Amino acid sequence: MKIYKYGDNVDTDVIIPARYLNNPDEKSLAAHCMEDIDAGFASTVEAGDIVVGGSNFGCGSSREHAPLAIKASGVKCVIAKSFARIFYRNAINIGFPILECPEAVDGIDPGNSVSVDFQSGAIVNETTGQTFQAAPFPEFVNGIIENGGLLNSLKARGVAK
Amino acid sequence: MGMTMTQKILARSAGLDRVEAGQLIEGKLDLVLGNDITTPVAITEFKKAGLSAVFDRDKIAIVLDHSTPCKDIKSAQLCAACREFAKEHAVTHFYDVGRMGIEHALLPEKGLAAPGEVIIGADSHTCTYGALGAFSTGVGSTDMAAGMATGLAWFKVPSAVKVNLTGRLGQYVGGKDVILHLIGMIGVDGALYQSLEFVGDGVASLEMDDRFTICNMAIEAGAKNGVFPVDDRTVAYLKGRVSREWQAFEADPDAEYTREITIDLSALRPTVAFPHLPSNTKTVDEAAGKPIQQVVIGSCTNGRLKDLREAAAVLKGRKVADGVRCIVIPATQQIYLDAMAEGLVADFIQAGAVVSTPTCGPCLGGHMGVLSDNEWAISTTNRNFVGRMGPTSSMIILAGPAVAAASAVTGVVTDPAAL
Repeated sequence: MKIYKYGDNVDTDVIIPARYLNNPDEKSLAAHCMEDIDAGFASTVEAGDIVVGGSNFGCGSSREHAPLAIKASGVKCVIAKSFARIFYRNAINIGFPILECPEAVDGIDPGNSVSVDFQSGAIVNETTGQTFQAAPFPEFVNGIIENGGLLNSLKARGVAK
Repeated sequence: MGMTMTQKILARSAGLDRVEAGQLIEGKLDLVLGNDITTPVAITEFKKAGLSAVFDRDKIAIVLDHSTPCKDIKSAQLCAACREFAKEHAVTHFYDVGRMGIEHALLPEKGLAAPGEVIIGADSHTCTYGALGAFSTGVGSTDMAAGMATGLAWFKVPSAVKVNLTGRLGQYVGGKDVILHLIGMIGVDGALYQSLEFVGDGVASLEMDDRFTICNMAIEAGAKNGVFPVDDRTVAYLKGRVSREWQAFEADPDAEYTREITIDLSALRPTVAFPHLPSNTKTVDEAAGKPIQQVVIGSCTNGRLKDLREAAAVLKGRKVADGVRCIVIPATQQIYLDAMAEGLVADFIQAGAVVSTPTCGPCLGGHMGVLSDNEWAISTTNRNFVGRMGPTSSMIILAGPAVAAASAVTGVVTDPAAL
């Protein structure tokens, strides 16, 4: 697995530029993911890689295409110091794991090997031996993620038909 | 401990007597909005989940404004998908080319937002309707799909930053300068997950169009929503637009805020934001002289009649500088008609500007004003991120309409008072 590490305020325009929003197909979104901030991302990213960001990750547009593009790239999760709120709820709603943990962001460098336990929120930097604890999701949010997204969870509750 | 204005609105929508910051609630929605970029993804999710019906065809608005009139085949196919869905579910508030406007100018104009209502939209600038004392916030396409099917959305009850406005705006200073000044103070995540609640004796002097602009860019400070109290100006705006009952909420005197900020409106200078963050603000005095090649006056932030009047007052009888393209986009068909009736459109065209049909186009680098390599634009839009309006080497300065128009005349960032 590889780590892709970025700074603060990674916005949705660099995660997936608006010029590609006319094709919401997941493969197309993944092909242009991070293009304006990291031209090599789409061609090198592999399943199980992790994106690490600073504060306010995913700020800007409400485009769900942004977490979809990262998820469709095969990225396992995003760890950031904080997330912009629409990106945060979009990731939860599509069942894509994100972890808020400033200490882990400071303690992870590109080239490190990192493992994550989504149940407990534990993040282990296997290269340095350090362990970090992300705040666990509230039960309600876990229910959404465990059901594979918001719509499935609403159906499971019998709210949506 | 009392509740903020936002907390009271959310408590009502959840059927609770009280809520507190951090609490997760499920609220009943008064309106669910989507556009031609976000609605198709919502439709896909709606169908994939096997959902069959919408909760209330009168409480869904679909506005085709981003890539319209369609810029390419793929955009046309997305619009066609929206059209088909709206027809299948008999969506009442479906706005196609000829009837549409930029969604956040259009919905208030059509009376689709009212005080105390809870509105979600699959567009980040849905926070605009807080100007009317509503709770409105941007969400994604899956939220839109769920909202269309159930009329419900989950929210984490936000804490709030109280912004106390005093004094009165001076000449060439408007809502855009207020919100850019605030974002410059607190940063692009200065109100992350929180409400921005605007209060104080300075509120009364702010026209509705200024309040829309201020709430519109609450998201650029990371806020969940921005909200103004309901006053005589709000009521006058609602007259003739909203006939259903609505309820105004005020914060309790003992409501708790994470932070209180005071802004003296009379002390504000015209303010701009340099690349690549809306928080990278300077006064026009500090920014003056920077050459630009394109000017955009429009968008959900600054495409309303007051904005066009301010721009036209500067451009009337003057000429757009050689080497500068000036693009003016009235935000709705009604605003376009009003601007024509007042002679503003003629002022723009005689000055050498182009006037476009309503579209979000250039704001997000979609069409109708995409930049080339290393070009600089001054724009009344809301984001100046890397690559937002063109290639990654292109640059955007955010400004209000008067400064944008003055800069069009000179070809450099200009204080309108200096013309």
